[in-house]
Amino acid sequence: MELLNALLVSPFAEIFGNPYFFMEVLINGLMAGVMYSLVALGFVLIFKASGVFNFSQGVMVLFAALNFVGLMDALSAYMNPVFAIALAGALTVLIMLGVSLVIERVVLRPLVNQAHIILFMATIGVAYFLEGLGEMIWGSDVRPLHVGIPDDVWFIFNEQVMVQQSDLFAAAVAGGLVLTLALFFHYTRTGRALRAVADDHAAAMSIGIPLNHIWVIVWGVAGFVALVAGIMWGSKLGVQFSLSIIALKALPVLILGGFTSIPGAIVGGLIIGSGEKIAEVYWGSAFGGAIEEWFAYVLALAFLYFRPQGLFGEKIIERV
Amino acid sequence: MIYREAGQFKTSYAADQALLTIPMDRWFVMGLVAFAVIVMPIIGSDYWLGSIMIPVLILTIAAMGLNILTGYAGQLSLGSGAFMAAGAYMAYKVATNLPWVPVPFAILLGGCSAALAGIVFGLPSLRIKGFYLAVATLAAQFFLLWLFTHVDWFVNYSISGVPSIADYHLLWDWGPLVTGADASVEARYLFVLGFAILLALGARNMARCKIGRSWMAIRDMDIAAEIIGIRPLTTKLSAFAISSFYCGIAGALWAFCYINTVEPSAYDISVSFNILFMVIVGGLGSILGSFLGAAFIFLLPILLNNAPTWFGIELPADLLSEIELMLFGAMIIFFLIVEPHGLARLWQIGKEKLRRWPFPY
Repeated sequence: MELLNALLVSPFAEIFGNPYFFMEVLINGLMAGVMYSLVALGFVLIFKASGVFNFSQGVMVLFAALNFVGLMDALSAYMNPVFAIALAGALTVLIMLGVSLVIERVVLRPLVNQAHIILFMATIGVAYFLEGLGEMIWGSDVRPLHVGIPDDVWFIFNEQVMVQQSDLFAAAVAGGLVLTLALFFHYTRTGRALRAVADDHAAAMSIGIPLNHIWVIVWGVAGFVALVAGIMWGSKLGVQFSLSIIALKALPVLILGGFTSIPGAIVGGLIIGSGEKIAEVYWGSAFGGAIEEWFAYVLALAFLYFRPQGLFGEKIIERV
Repeated sequence: MIYREAGQFKTSYAADQALLTIPMDRWFVMGLVAFAVIVMPIIGSDYWLGSIMIPVLILTIAAMGLNILTGYAGQLSLGSGAFMAAGAYMAYKVATNLPWVPVPFAILLGGCSAALAGIVFGLPSLRIKGFYLAVATLAAQFFLLWLFTHVDWFVNYSISGVPSIADYHLLWDWGPLVTGADASVEARYLFVLGFAILLALGARNMARCKIGRSWMAIRDMDIAAEIIGIRPLTTKLSAFAISSFYCGIAGALWAFCYINTVEPSAYDISVSFNILFMVIVGGLGSILGSFLGAAFIFLLPILLNNAPTWFGIELPADLLSEIELMLFGAMIIFFLIVEPHGLARLWQIGKEKLRRWPFPY
């Protein structure tokens, strides 16, 4: 009886008793969801274009952030901080492009035509390698990252609900990124080639689209998305090695949204982020706390029973 | 022509259906088992038996479990660590709360509870496949570990949350101590080895009979398998159940015979990944591969840690751990590129070479 009360009655009483607090929790959750979406985006890009489930995306986020913060600290001794940020960003983009070039050459090209699970395993190998490399170059300390993202708070709704400006900034960046990607995919030649490859590898090759170049571009774009995600997460939590864990949070976002859908990654992120926070705040105590660890997965799992391809995924048609 | 298959005639159906039809293979495997059972405990030092053979054998059992699921039935799983934990915690619960159950049966019951958990978390496999399923099994990983750390019932309300395992005899008060800190290394080793041999035999035979063949049909193409009359429900769930049973026994043995405590950190997600590596490096769908893969993945970090000192180079510990991570990643990629069928395939190639030796073609 007590348990039923804790599950079915008191959370709702709390929600309606203090709607402003609920709003705050909801907004916090949505913002966390935006951050998950940023990581999930990188997964989707690569999965769409090459069918590779890139487990190393989380470590790529970490690696990009490490390089960015390391270069920024090194450069800001010599120049104006704004220039340092811009230059560090440009250099990191180049590094991520280089990384994707190497991954394509060394890892993906020899493994062409292997089973998906083999490619997936190879990306786990890449994840280990990049993590070791990043730690070797930049050390394992937590580094604070300040790139001028506002970190003040605003009060809205009769001054009752607190909103972090940095969260709003992150949401704006994520929105801008998705818009840029959408424009890039729709209106550029490369974008069109990418879509063709995503649709059908063999058909794309037969009309003369070089698959290898496309893969490098896709991994490069994913590296860029990883950098953006890394900067966002880094300025929130500091650049540290636990960042690669957030990749695991991006996975339920992916299955909820569908592996092949960019809007799916965003919507999935928002659902997972808000659902997780609300569940933790209102229902967590009934279960003994820390249900954030698995709630996202169980939510995604429950969802899969009803729509196996995810929210926006393509319907899977199978023939013998 | 050291290794010969020619002229080995089979004159009865029994001989034709034997586990190893070639006498040379048969004698080799029997010799190996005899060596492991009789010679190893005599010549092995405590370090070799206790810190290398026992964990390698236990990990082999877990790798066999995942191999049944991934290699034979084609269902990708990242939750093996969780099923190991389920086995360990339930075996602990049985051993402490039902003292009249002898410890081998407590471990088996732990395996059975893990099998139940496997069925529950394997249910999505009926609707989803591939990477969706892999992510779904991560739910098992996070949920089960959370359950065992947050619900005190599983650890008998122990305050530290990491209860240690008592010393148990093989059967009630009879036989040598086989678990806990006071048990001799030899006894624990033989206990684990017994499980490993029986489970390996079981896995090998299961793969050869009807259930194994239906797993392989599901793996190769599930819709086609369904059309020829294989029921996906029972086939997939049996694969999940048996795989988790193996993982559960491995987890229970890990707690009872190796680390002597039931602690959640021994079963976290990196364990699941390591077991997946063992299966891939050893060879998908091969029992021999499970042994080779487990030994390789377990010994590689030890080798990497010790190799610099053999050459007289002193490296700081953190650099060593970074190099270890990088080398681990590089090795995995290297293996996947050079030999995607794993170490078991290398063994097969070696036998081919021996068959033709000394002629090179």
